[in-house]
Amino acid sequence: MALLELRGIGMEYGAIRALAEVDYTVSPGEIIGLIGDNGAGKSTLVKIIAGNFPPTHGTMHFDGRQVRFRGPEDARNAGIEVVYQDLALADNLSGAANVFLGRELRRRVAGLSIMDHAAMTHRAARLFAELKSETRPEALVRTLSGGQRQAVAIARTRLAEAKLVLLDEPTASISVRQVAEVLDLMRRMRDHGQSVIFISHAMPHILAVADRITVLRRGQKVADKPRGATSPEEVTALITGAVERA
Amino acid sequence: MAGTSEHPALLPARLRPAWWLRGMPQTQTAYVAIAFAALIVVIWILAPVFMTPRNLLNISKNFSFIALMSLGETLVIISGGIDLSVGSVCALSAVVTMMLMRFFSATAAAQVPGATIALAILLALALAALIGLINGLLIARIRLSPFVTTLGMLSVARGMTYVLTQGRAQYPTGPDVAGFTRFANGTVLGLPTQLVYLLVLAVLMALALRHLVWGRHLYAVGGNAQAAALTGVRVPRVVVSVYVLSGLAAGFSGVMIAGWLGAAPANLATGYELRVIAAAVIGGANLAGGAGGAAGAVIGAALIEVIRNGFVLIGANTYWEEVFVGVIIIIAVLVDQLRTRRVF
Repeated sequence: MALLELRGIGMEYGAIRALAEVDYTVSPGEIIGLIGDNGAGKSTLVKIIAGNFPPTHGTMHFDGRQVRFRGPEDARNAGIEVVYQDLALADNLSGAANVFLGRELRRRVAGLSIMDHAAMTHRAARLFAELKSETRPEALVRTLSGGQRQAVAIARTRLAEAKLVLLDEPTASISVRQVAEVLDLMRRMRDHGQSVIFISHAMPHILAVADRITVLRRGQKVADKPRGATSPEEVTALITGAVERA
Repeated sequence: MAGTSEHPALLPARLRPAWWLRGMPQTQTAYVAIAFAALIVVIWILAPVFMTPRNLLNISKNFSFIALMSLGETLVIISGGIDLSVGSVCALSAVVTMMLMRFFSATAAAQVPGATIALAILLALALAALIGLINGLLIARIRLSPFVTTLGMLSVARGMTYVLTQGRAQYPTGPDVAGFTRFANGTVLGLPTQLVYLLVLAVLMALALRHLVWGRHLYAVGGNAQAAALTGVRVPRVVVSVYVLSGLAAGFSGVMIAGWLGAAPANLATGYELRVIAAAVIGGANLAGGAGGAAGAVIGAALIEVIRNGFVLIGANTYWEEVFVGVIIIIAVLVDQLRTRRVF
């Protein structure tokens, strides 16, 4: 059964049609590559799934029931987390502090509720280890590499036990070696049963990890194929419109 | 999930940065503390009288007032804001304490030992907290700029001080004058009370910043307010809290100064906001937000006072003192900047 199922999703901003009649499904433990040129409707689709705004048309089912998110809170509570391109991390805090920001572990000492630093450090270390990341939980985020920062952001979603994680351009502006690290992170998430929507411009990265590839062009879904059934040439042609649909 | 019982003794060594790469030694506060120690040695050599108990007592009293305000200012600066109203709030709180002391001396409260001064101080602190609350609400809820809001409040609070006093200094009166002097300008275990309050509050603040969720959220708000909000941190509440605490710190400092001077002139603490901010910044509070601490506020304020005192003792031209303090401020932020850019 599908984890996420969108049927006939459409979005109009006044006269502008950003998305038209998009059907979209995500299965549990699946990495879906979402690719398309600027303005193809990727961010609109992501924002609808993340609950930033409701679609003007269509229905959405998540985890077996129909949902209509009124805000990102609703989506998060349902089990959908977004890792934004700018990562939304506090640079001046440690990796562990960022993982637990807003849901700090506490213990009581003399009637006072204080933070349990040791528990948070160890839990974060375990989350990073599960992701096979070398991220040190006590190191400040500003000292971490791009890949390690991604690991921190992704560890947050694992802590929240998110069923579906949307990664917005996670491989943009990081080095080649770190790209490999981030792609590995996605495979670990899949191994742990999380579904991933991987939004990117970078076709090689998508083809490297995605189980299925969805191409958007001008607000329409023009392809939705298993990775093995397509090629870089075909995807490029679909993105640019050289091939209408596949 | 709270109270997870699995605490392996230590993290694997490779996951733990070397001690000098984390925590205190990595902060501006640490090398300002070293510079402070070096400065003390130099002044001591040039003017041995510096190390006499009497001089040290003087210094510790003088810098306590600024340092107290600097504690509150540091909280505001960590949040990414600034509080320019501290000098005026300090003065308003001082004169209001004196005026309320006189008022309560004519009521039944005069029959209870200590009641007139206790009521006067509590109400004056409530007023200082209220001013901080107004600052905080304007900044956090209505999203006015901290600089402009507290600049306005600087003028409002100073103006109120003159309106209330008609420009005349206020003096402690009534049955509790001696008690007030013991409280504000006495000694505990041979230490000046001002210094004792300062140290106690600084320790409490350091513990709160390190161990309370509030402290963690404050640093997060200063580091990346948007990220903090996304993760569910109640950003406005945190921001309001630091302005209230800054108001309280300024108000308490005003009470202390009035006790020390034995009077509260209407022009009390004029221009102190700049010294307070300078102390916080020298001590490692970053005006961009997200960095700073209680130790820094105390060391920064002490450093400025030691320079001032040293200039006098050495017999240097004291006009140079402000130049020197200014240069120290710039060097402190410069070194921090170079270090973040990993020049060394």
